[in-house]
Amino acid sequence: MKTGNGLALTVRTFTAIVLVFLIAPIVVVFPLSLSSGELLTLPTPGYSLRWYDDFFTSSKWLLATRNSFIVGIATAILATFLGTLGALGIFLGRFRGKTFLVAMLATPMVVPVVVTAIALYFAFSFVGLNNTLTGLVLAHTVLSVPYVLITVLATLQTFDRNLLKAAATLGAPPPAAFRRVLLPLIAPGVATGALFAFATSFDELVVAIFIAGPQQFTLPRQMYAGLREFLSPTIASAAVLLIICSLLLLTANEYFRTRGKTRTLPDDPAEPN
Amino acid sequence: MAISRNNLLAAALIAPLFAVVVASFIVPLAVTLWTAIGNPEVRETLPRTTAALRGWNGEGLPSEAAFAAVAAELAQAHEAQAIGQLSRRLNFEEAGLRALLLKTARAKDRLSAPYRDALVALDPRWGETSLWQILARNTAALTPLYLLRSLDLSLTPDGKIVAAPADEAIFLALFARTFVISFWVTILCVLIGYPVAYTLSTLSTRWANIGMALVLVPFWTSILVRTTAWFILLQREGPVNALLLGLGVVDAPITMIFTRFAVYIAMVHVLLPFVVLPLYSVMKGINPAYLRAAASLGAPPWKRFIRVYLPLTMPGVAAGGLMVFMLAVGFYITPVLVGGPEDQMVSYFIAFFTNQTINWGMAAALACLLLAMTAILVVVARLIVPGFRLGGVSA
Repeated sequence: MKTGNGLALTVRTFTAIVLVFLIAPIVVVFPLSLSSGELLTLPTPGYSLRWYDDFFTSSKWLLATRNSFIVGIATAILATFLGTLGALGIFLGRFRGKTFLVAMLATPMVVPVVVTAIALYFAFSFVGLNNTLTGLVLAHTVLSVPYVLITVLATLQTFDRNLLKAAATLGAPPPAAFRRVLLPLIAPGVATGALFAFATSFDELVVAIFIAGPQQFTLPRQMYAGLREFLSPTIASAAVLLIICSLLLLTANEYFRTRGKTRTLPDDPAEPN
Repeated sequence: MAISRNNLLAAALIAPLFAVVVASFIVPLAVTLWTAIGNPEVRETLPRTTAALRGWNGEGLPSEAAFAAVAAELAQAHEAQAIGQLSRRLNFEEAGLRALLLKTARAKDRLSAPYRDALVALDPRWGETSLWQILARNTAALTPLYLLRSLDLSLTPDGKIVAAPADEAIFLALFARTFVISFWVTILCVLIGYPVAYTLSTLSTRWANIGMALVLVPFWTSILVRTTAWFILLQREGPVNALLLGLGVVDAPITMIFTRFAVYIAMVHVLLPFVVLPLYSVMKGINPAYLRAAASLGAPPWKRFIRVYLPLTMPGVAAGGLMVFMLAVGFYITPVLVGGPEDQMVSYFIAFFTNQTINWGMAAALACLLLAMTAILVVVARLIVPGFRLGGVSA
């Protein structure tokens, strides 16, 4: 659409400003975390790694880091396993109501997280799963499994069923056909799903506020606690570490996305609160 | 035969996922609904009183048996430390009942038959029909009170639905505020996101990739981190004020943190990618021949935009806008961290009732209403945008 040059320039300038607005808050955290001062102000009085040192020597932050990785990895394994098997079942089965089934299994994506969080808190209080890592893993699995399901289903839509028939004709028993034909082709989708699941768990805060006790605090939960108590630059260094993790996950995701020819890009792993 | 074996395999593959989603999502939601309407306190703590009140017609005063039962059971509950929940529950029906119940429970040794006279002598409220009506009403297994209160309604002792007292009627305003904030965030996101997506869709691949990276990096960064960034930036002594002072825009630092302004800034920042991404893919898919055709037919640029481009991009606007609105309605962390007391949304009160006043009934009722609001939005989304994908950018 060719419009007047003045208008085009205005729209482009506006876009540039918005893009700066989007990225600036994330960039600004980096120098703040490297400040040598006690306050989160710019310009910083000088640069040092003292707040990273603080992070890596604090038992609270280390516990939170450990918990985040344990819960994130366990969630990724569980959600990927359940979601991939479920997607295969939905793909292979011939029954009515598939759309409804997928919609039902995907509802955790649209229900406001705070509703899911209080529901889990009430239900877990009857079975003693509040204040346990197991409870947190289950909760994060429910939140992230729809992403795995939908990513793998999207990959399966591009899968040619004739390949399975061909494998059978050539004498491959179903398990071999699955392992040698189907799995390699859907692997990029499965990997993307696993990344989403990990990222969802790694960034999740609202459920953690409700069902995690201090011993189960994850990184976001510890950051939130810190924000409400005392605003120390350690929080900025924790934020930087989380941003770096997100960048790694985004890069890995783009890698798998371009490798596998998934047509659709399911979105945000960072479950909005 | 082959088909049923196929479906058997499918069922076996789906079963574990189905079981986990039912056990850790569907059942908890059912528990929440039950918590919003369940009414166990009087029945469980005062079973004999419940039985004695069953025959009462709701006029005058109940039988001596009810008085005797309530005196004995309140004392028992006090000893078993079960009176807290009961008195909190009844105090929610009418302020002041907690004190009355505790007083009666502690007076156990001074009470003797006939209990009707003894209780009325202890506190004249025991001689009021309305108190007994409240007790009798709450022997029922279900109560509409939490849902009514969430809609600023209340029940009189004799069971009429009336407007709640002004100091407790805060919830319609709360839902309205949630709606207004979400509405403006959605409008802002669409108005800002549209030209951005348009520009990105017209750039060369190299520049478009850079632009998309600037959208995707915040998109993948956790919401807490982004909110934290705004929390730091908008402080009174923070970088934004330092910048404004340095540029001479303001003379003294301005208060931005804990204001509605901060909530809008941070929420728009968090949600903007949710409109840019679907709009971008819709705009990428528009055949430029349509616009060339409009131009060759003599349409000026503004007319080409209004009559051709805008209608073609409407599915993206609707999908992105609805997505943003649905997410905004459930926002919790961002308003809590950067907003003031007047900027909190429904989610805040759900957390407040769960963790601070321990009024699970109210928390559950608000959660159910929020859930209902979301469900309506999903239905609307499905009607407006064909093929609207839950949580998905339809590529």
